[in-house]
Amino acid sequence: MTHGWRRFLRRRERDADLAREIDSYVEHETADNVARGMSERDARNAALRKFGNRTYHRETDYEMSTILLADNLGRHITYGLRQLRRTPGFALTAILSLALGIGANTAIFQLLDAVRLRSLPVHNPAELAEVVVDGGNRGFGTSPGDYNVTNPLWEQIRDRQEAFSGVFAWGAGNFAFGEAPRTRRIRAIYASGGMFQTLGVASLRGRLIGEEDDRPGCALGPAVISHRLWQSEFGGQESAVGARITINGKSMQVVGVTPPEFFGLEVGRGFDVVIPNCARAAWGNILTQRHVWTMNVIGRLKPGWTVASAAEYFKTASPAWFSQVPPSGYDAKGMAQWARFRFTAMPGGNGVSELRGQYERSLWLLLGVTGLVLLIACANLANLLLARAASREREMAVRMAIGATRGQIVGQLLTESLLLAFAGGLFAAGLAQLLSQLLVQFLSTRGNTVLLDMPVDWRVLGFVTGVGLLTCLFFGLTPALKASRADAYSAMKSGGRGTTADRGQFSAQRVLVACQIAVSLVLVAGAFLFVRSFQNLMSIDAGFRQDGLVFNFINFGAMRPSRDAIRPIQREMLDKVRAIPGIEAASTSSHFPLSGSSWTIAVRLPGAEHRSAAPQFTWVSPDYLKTMQIPLRTGRDINDGDTAGSRKVMLVNERFVKDIFGGSDPIGQTIQSLAEPGFPSEQYVVVGVVADTRYADLRQTPPAIALLPELQNPQFGPGMALVTRSSIPTAQTVAAVRRVIAEGYEAANLEQIELRGMVNERLLRERLLAWVSGFFGLLAIGLATTGLYGVVSHMAARRENEIGIRMAMGASGRDVVAMLLRDVAMLFAVGVPAGIMGSLALTRGVSKLLYGIEPGDPLVLGLAAVALLITGIAATLIPSAKASRLDPVKCLRAD
Amino acid sequence: MARKRNAAGGDMLQGTLDMLVLRALLAGPAHGHTIANVIEKTSDNVLQVEHGSLYPALHRLEDQGVIASFWGTSENNRKAKYYRITPQGRKHLTAERSRWETLVRAVGAMLGPVPEQ
Repeated sequence: MTHGWRRFLRRRERDADLAREIDSYVEHETADNVARGMSERDARNAALRKFGNRTYHRETDYEMSTILLADNLGRHITYGLRQLRRTPGFALTAILSLALGIGANTAIFQLLDAVRLRSLPVHNPAELAEVVVDGGNRGFGTSPGDYNVTNPLWEQIRDRQEAFSGVFAWGAGNFAFGEAPRTRRIRAIYASGGMFQTLGVASLRGRLIGEEDDRPGCALGPAVISHRLWQSEFGGQESAVGARITINGKSMQVVGVTPPEFFGLEVGRGFDVVIPNCARAAWGNILTQRHVWTMNVIGRLKPGWTVASAAEYFKTASPAWFSQVPPSGYDAKGMAQWARFRFTAMPGGNGVSELRGQYERSLWLLLGVTGLVLLIACANLANLLLARAASREREMAVRMAIGATRGQIVGQLLTESLLLAFAGGLFAAGLAQLLSQLLVQFLSTRGNTVLLDMPVDWRVLGFVTGVGLLTCLFFGLTPALKASRADAYSAMKSGGRGTTADRGQFSAQRVLVACQIAVSLVLVAGAFLFVRSFQNLMSIDAGFRQDGLVFNFINFGAMRPSRDAIRPIQREMLDKVRAIPGIEAASTSSHFPLSGSSWTIAVRLPGAEHRSAAPQFTWVSPDYLKTMQIPLRTGRDINDGDTAGSRKVMLVNERFVKDIFGGSDPIGQTIQSLAEPGFPSEQYVVVGVVADTRYADLRQTPPAIALLPELQNPQFGPGMALVTRSSIPTAQTVAAVRRVIAEGYEAANLEQIELRGMVNERLLRERLLAWVSGFFGLLAIGLATTGLYGVVSHMAARRENEIGIRMAMGASGRDVVAMLLRDVAMLFAVGVPAGIMGSLALTRGVSKLLYGIEPGDPLVLGLAAVALLITGIAATLIPSAKASRLDPVKCLRAD
Repeated sequence: MARKRNAAGGDMLQGTLDMLVLRALLAGPAHGHTIANVIEKTSDNVLQVEHGSLYPALHRLEDQGVIASFWGTSENNRKAKYYRITPQGRKHLTAERSRWETLVRAVGAMLGPVPEQ
C-alpha cells in the first residue's frame, strides 16, 4: 500500500520518464532505419509506426502507477469547484442556507445542553438528589430566592435522614468583597461542611471546607475561593492560600482553591467564594430563624436507593421534622399551613439554574423553530439541486455520449454534493459559535452575567451536517442516477427544448415548494405571535410612568447607627436627594415594583373570622404617589402627620376595594392584619383609594395593594430604598444621587437600578423569542421566496418553446404571466392551508409564553399568509415578466 | 476512461512477454529498443505486438523488483534507459520457465500427437 502511494505521488515524474524513454526508442529505431537506407523522414515515420499508439501506452503505464479513485477524486473536486464557481448564485444560496440551518440548530442546542442537559462537573452526578418542599413553600415566610429549607429544617435533615451517604445544604448570594468603601460584589456560596465531600470535588490548592469547619459558633471560618477569583484577585499566586479576604466587612482566611471546571451549583452563574454556613452568624441571627428559607439540600444516595425511593422516604419522614421547628408569630391558619409541609426528592445532578426556569421552555421552542428552518433550508437545497440537475441534463448527455461512464457521472455529482455539504458545515461551525455567544450575551444582564462554557458541540454539528449531507446526496444523486440510466441519445433530445416541458418533471420541485410554503407559514405565524406578544408587553400601562424612575438602595453598612438614629438619617438622606436639581420628586418605598419581588400580609375585615385575603403591603413615605405618578381616586394621601405614634392608616387600590370590600366605599373602614413574625396583628383605617398598578411583574394583572406610611412600619433597619423621579436623563440622576450619598455618608453602600432598564431586562425572554423567531421568520420567507423564484424561472425557461408558440398564436405577455401565476397559485392553494393547520397544531403549546395574544389568532395567521403571498407573487412576477417579453420568433428558431 | 486494456495481448501472453524480457536481459543490461528487437527476432516474429506495449510491461516488472533500471548512454551515443535483471529476477525466470515447461508438457500430453488429416 505504501509502495502504491509512493508510486502514486511520483506518477507525473514517471510519466515524464516514459516520455523520454519513448523519444529514445524512436531515435534509436530511426537511426537503425536510416542505416538501412531510408530517408530521415521515412525512417522517423516508420519508427513511430513500429512503436505504436504512443498516448495509449503512456496511459496504460500511467494507470499502473496511479490510484484511480484518488486521481478521479482530485479531478472531480477540481471540476466540481469550477462548476460551483461558474454558478456562484447557486453555490452561495446552497451553502448559506445549509450553514444557517445547521449553525442555528447547533447554537440553540448548545445553549439548551449547557443550561438543561449537562450534568454538574462532579463525581457521579447521577447519584445526587435534591430535597425540596413537596409543592413548594407557597410564599410562606420570607425567602431571598427559590429556596427549600430554613437553617433549623436543615439541621433536622442533617441529623435524621437515612437516604444519603453524604448530604449538604447550600445557598448563594451577592456579598460585598474587599474593604469599604472600595468594595465590589461577588457571588458567595454558603455551604454546610459536607458540600465538597458529598460532591466529590478535590482542591486545586490548599484544602477545601470540611465538616470540622462548620460548627455552631465557628469564628468566621475559613473561605475557599474559586479558580476564577484566584486568577482575578491573586493572579494565580501560591500565596493566595493563607491570605485574608474581607467578605461583607468580615475578615476570613483563604484555605484553598477549587478546580477550574467546578462552577458551583448554579449553572450559568459561577461563584467566587465558598464560606461555611456557620459563618453567616456573623451577619445576624439568620441561622436560628424558622421562617426564613435560605438554603437548598443536596445529598448522595446510598447504594440501593433511588430518587423515587428517597422521595417516598422524605414524604413519610419529614412531617415530624417540620413539627420540631415551627416558626413563631403566626396565627392558627399559618401554623396549619406549616403542618402540611413535607419534603420530597428530585434528581440533583444537573444543579440549579435560574436560566433553566426562565428559558428552558423558550429554548426548546427555539430548537423546534430552528429545526423547521433546517427543514426549509434542506427543501431549498433539494430544489436548487433538482433545478440544477435538470438544467445540466444536456451536459450529462454529452458527457455520456463521448464516453463517460455512469459511475463517473454519479461520482462527479456526488463530489459536488459533498463539497456543498462540507462548505455548509464549515460555515455552520463558525456561525454556531457566533450565535451561541450572541445568545449568551443576550441573556446576560447588567446585574447577572451569564457564564456558560460552550465549546463547539461536534456531536450536534456532525448530526445536523449529516442531515444536510443526506439531503445533498439524495437530491443531488437521484436525478443523476435517472439521467445516467437514460441512453445518451434520448437524453440529449429531451435536454433540448423541442417540446413543452412535461409537468411530471416538475412534480418533485412543486411538492418541495408547497412544503416550504407550509413550513414558512408556521414560522412566520410564530414570529408574528412572539413579536406581537412582545409589543403588547412593551406597551402595557403599569399604572405609573416607568421612565425616569431610579431606585436607590442604601445600606448604612459601617455607619452602624443606633436604632433611634435610623429614622433621622433616612429623613436627612431623603431631603438631600430631593434637593438635587432635576429630581422632581423622591420618596421611600419598601417594595421595588415590577422586579419580581412580593410582600404579602394576610388581612380580613373585623368580624369576618373565616374570610381573609392576602394583599400586597408596601410601606412608603409621603410623596410616593407624586413620585410614581399614581392617581389618587378618593380620600387623602399619606402625609407627615402619619407617624409611628399616630393612628395606623392605609391607602388601598381599586382592586383591593373590589376584592376585599366588595366594591363598597372603603374610606374610614377598618382592616385587620394577621400576625406574622415581626409583624403583629394590627388594625388599619383606610384613608384613601388609589389607581391600580402592576406589582411584582409586568405580565400579571394588578393585585390588591395596600400602601402604608413608612413611619408606621414595625420592621425597619439600617438602610432604605429611595425612589426618585426625574426629568433629566436617568444616568445623570444616578450619578448625582451617588455623589450626594458619597459626600454625606462615606460608609454607606449604594446600589442603584433604573426601573425601565430593569423591566426591559425582565422581558428578556419575550425579547429573545421575538427577535429570534422574527429573524427565522424572515429567513423562512427568504428561503421560500428563493425556492419559488428558482422553480418559476426554471419552469419558464423549460417552457420557452411553448410560450413562444402561444405568443405566436396571439397570446399577450399578460396571458403568459397569468399562466405562470396560475401554476404558483396552485402551490399556494396547497401550501397555505397546510401551513395554517400546521400552525394551529404546533403553536398550541406556546400560549404560556405569549402575552395578550392566543396561538390560533386568525389575524396573525391571515397576516402570515398574506406576507407569504406577497413575496410569493413578487418572486413569480420577475421570471414571468421576463418570459412574457420573449420574442416568439427567436424562441421558436432557437432549435 | 476505464476501457478494458489488452496491454500485451491478454494474461497468458503477458506472462510470456515477461519471460521473454527476462530472458533477453540474461545476456546483460539493455535498453527498451534493444529488448524490443531481441524479442522480435528470437520469437521468430510470432509475438507481433507494438513495441510500445513493451514499456508498460518493463515498468511493471521493475515495480515487481525483478528488473532494475538506470539511465545511460547507448552504443551510438544516445541517452537511453537501461534495464538489468536482478537476482530476484533470475529466480523468477527459473520458476516461470519450469512452470511453462510443465504447462507445455501437460497441454502436449492432452492434445496427443497431431492427427492425420
